[in-house]
Amino acid sequence: MSVSNTVRSARKSLAWLVAIIVGLAGLIAVGSLSDENASFTPKLALDLQGGTQIILSPLLLDGAEVTPEQLDQAVSIIRQRVDASGVSESQVLTQGDRNIIVSIPGTPDENTLKLIKASAKLEFRAVLLTSVGVAASSVEGTDSEGNSESQDSETVEPEPSVPNAAPTDPSDLNWITPELQAEFDALDCSTAFREPGQVDDPTIPLVTCDVTGSEKYILGPVEVEGANISDASNGTVQTQTGASTNTWAVNLDFDGPGTQAFADVTSRLFPLADPRNRFAITLDGFVITAPTTQAVITNGSAQITGNFDKDSSKVLADQLKYGSLPIGFEVQSQENISATLGSEQLTSGLIAGLIGLILVVIYSLFQYRGLAIVTVGSLIVAAVLVYLLIAVLSWRQGYRLSLAGVAGLIVAIGITVDSFIVYFERVRDEIREGRTLEVAVENAWKRALRTILASDAVSFTAAATLFLLTVGNVRGFAFTLGLTTIVDLFVVMLFTHPLLQLLARTKFFSSGHPWSGFDSKDLRASGYIGRGQFRVSETLASGKAEKASKEALKRQTIAERKAAEALAEAKKTGEN
Amino acid sequence: MSKLKELGNNLYSGKKSFDFVGRRKLWYAIAFVVVVLSILVPIVKGGFNFGIEFRGGSEFRIDGVASQSQQVAFDAVTSVEPGSQPIITTVGGDALRIQTEQLDDTTSEEIRIALASAYGVDSSAVTSSFIGANWGADVTEKALIGLLVFLLLVTLLMALYFRTVKMSVAALVALGHDVVITLGIYALVGFEITPAAVIGFLTILGYSLYDTVVVFDKVRENTLDVEFSETTTFADQVNLAINQTLVRSVNTSVVAVLPVASILFIGAFVLGAGTLRDIALALFIGILVGTYSSIFVAGPLYVTLRERETKFSKGKAPQAA
Repeated sequence: MSVSNTVRSARKSLAWLVAIIVGLAGLIAVGSLSDENASFTPKLALDLQGGTQIILSPLLLDGAEVTPEQLDQAVSIIRQRVDASGVSESQVLTQGDRNIIVSIPGTPDENTLKLIKASAKLEFRAVLLTSVGVAASSVEGTDSEGNSESQDSETVEPEPSVPNAAPTDPSDLNWITPELQAEFDALDCSTAFREPGQVDDPTIPLVTCDVTGSEKYILGPVEVEGANISDASNGTVQTQTGASTNTWAVNLDFDGPGTQAFADVTSRLFPLADPRNRFAITLDGFVITAPTTQAVITNGSAQITGNFDKDSSKVLADQLKYGSLPIGFEVQSQENISATLGSEQLTSGLIAGLIGLILVVIYSLFQYRGLAIVTVGSLIVAAVLVYLLIAVLSWRQGYRLSLAGVAGLIVAIGITVDSFIVYFERVRDEIREGRTLEVAVENAWKRALRTILASDAVSFTAAATLFLLTVGNVRGFAFTLGLTTIVDLFVVMLFTHPLLQLLARTKFFSSGHPWSGFDSKDLRASGYIGRGQFRVSETLASGKAEKASKEALKRQTIAERKAAEALAEAKKTGEN
Repeated sequence: MSKLKELGNNLYSGKKSFDFVGRRKLWYAIAFVVVVLSILVPIVKGGFNFGIEFRGGSEFRIDGVASQSQQVAFDAVTSVEPGSQPIITTVGGDALRIQTEQLDDTTSEEIRIALASAYGVDSSAVTSSFIGANWGADVTEKALIGLLVFLLLVTLLMALYFRTVKMSVAALVALGHDVVITLGIYALVGFEITPAAVIGFLTILGYSLYDTVVVFDKVRENTLDVEFSETTTFADQVNLAINQTLVRSVNTSVVAVLPVASILFIGAFVLGAGTLRDIALALFIGILVGTYSSIFVAGPLYVTLRERETKFSKGKAPQAA
């Protein structure tokens, strides 16, 4: 009964394995039909494939210099932003004492460029006045798009303010001096009215347009800053019932002071009339959205909706998450660069891996004889799984394979084979203790699995910690290490063990053929059968076995003693 | 190979036994001396040999070249500064970028002129500048924090698995011993430390612990009921465990070292310096040292930590008659 159970469970495991491999391959095949990114070859990183080099130079006022601290901070922020877009292993360096060179694999699209160079200075200001984004001679209050208020809202006429009247709060219309009003009227949103890298005074009002150029605003002084954002993420907007819509938004969480300030703003704006009950969120000086205050928000969480799609919302979230750059940058040049290492390194690396593999197989042939079949088979399965996983991850997560990653994979050969060695040696231990091969395989599996789990857990912890807490090259390598550890576990459970279970039932292995690797005559030559007990050895050997044998003699049962005496008698008469 | 099999059998039964635990004072002495040397050598030699990514360096850029051959640049740079390892990239369709280690102004100028003449361009088409470290202070800081967190987690993990903190301690001491000795060897020979080498070091950590875990697993099995035994002591059982896993340990190291040696060979002789060689070298040294420490340092240390416990000192085995 249990025998056929074993065979059945072995076949089930193997079936699972085949299912997983076919599933992964099928996923890629289907994906390659619909998405151009999917393919059976993984994408390569900067050092193997080359990419784009972007040189950023800082935007400064005349005569100002950028300090090394600012440059280092900017490098750190840019690196974080780029890394957040995937495991891309980009290079971010300073050049001279002013420029920053960013090298990324492939060609960056518009969103990535924005990610890299935008200052991402976010500010929250109250809306004082809005109008259509063209130069106008008279002021008309209009609704902005997306606002569900009725068409004929009152027009707000600015009171001609006396220059001496000081504004009492950031929504006070006394902020609007005649000069400001004139500037507002003359503003035409279709012109380039902002200098690149322009820094606005946060304590006075700002006249600006929204990003589409259709509406212009007078905004009050800054009330909440982007620096007060503790976390930002993107996601789809949820309706009140919890269903998600197709609109993308950026979700913000404020820190302590930010939450307080935001609560103050919303409670002040809520009872006001339109347009003063709106507050504007500006990014690098342009209004990205100006929603109406619908409620007083005290929990410090806000959601920005606007003209976002999935990618642009992610870009903004990443920019806000890591902080705004201390200074503005402009793209001085953008060029293609060749691979820093070249394709010959990749081919040499792969050849080295192949040689290593062959050496390992030869070695295991020596040591484990017929079991080398199992070793080779398991390695092939592991290689196939890892390759498919990398191809899938390259497509979905943008993972790119670098030379360090290739080296990691080659090293993993040794670690994977080690799991097999643990298992085989355990089986040998069980045979030494006198068990048949099939039973030995089962017993050894339980013990070996524990050991393999423990050591794989250690490797995986190393990989996970390094991945989460570091940047750059180390991250890519940690990723490969973690991946191969998981695959190792799967291969041992779903392939090596079932295979050994099935092979144990064949005559070649179970009879202990000298070429099977489980030569029982060889292995049972010792007298130790576990737990400090010893078989009585027929020939007294020197050293410990002698002492052990004497010990065993002392502890023989009566029946054993009689049998031993009979044997000794027979031998003596045989010799005579 | 049957000799090895026979050895394995004898080690397993205890017929043949290398006295690892008994001579542990000797191993401690050797380990201590080697570790002290490994700490002194970098101090005496004035630090490690860090690569461009750590120290930053010089960068040259040539515009408007007719042919973008990288070999020409390599020859030009090494003619002025032999032994330099420039990283050469083609940029756009007609430019080249060459990065070298930090050079002083005169050497920098000489290289500029050499490059200009090698490519047949005017020397004004060659610009030079300093580049900052790619692997700057913040990346190092993050890597160190990652390392500390990893060590903490792993101590916890092992303590939970083995049910004793002293095993974790012994394993970590062996780990520290491995890393210090590997760094010492690097300082002694003057191998370059690049980010690839750092990745190799981090892998050694994982490998050394991995090896130690397997040895300790056998130790735990052997010492489960040893306090009730009258024929054997704690130290004996630990020694037996080490011997029993000796063949397995040697097998593992050989199997792990073979691919690494192959990469090292190809990386060093066929390709010259580079990522492959750096990683493989660190791993090669680390695996050898790691195997040594699992056998000679971790096990005996564990015995030292626990032998004072009363439950073990009571059950001294009576001499077999």
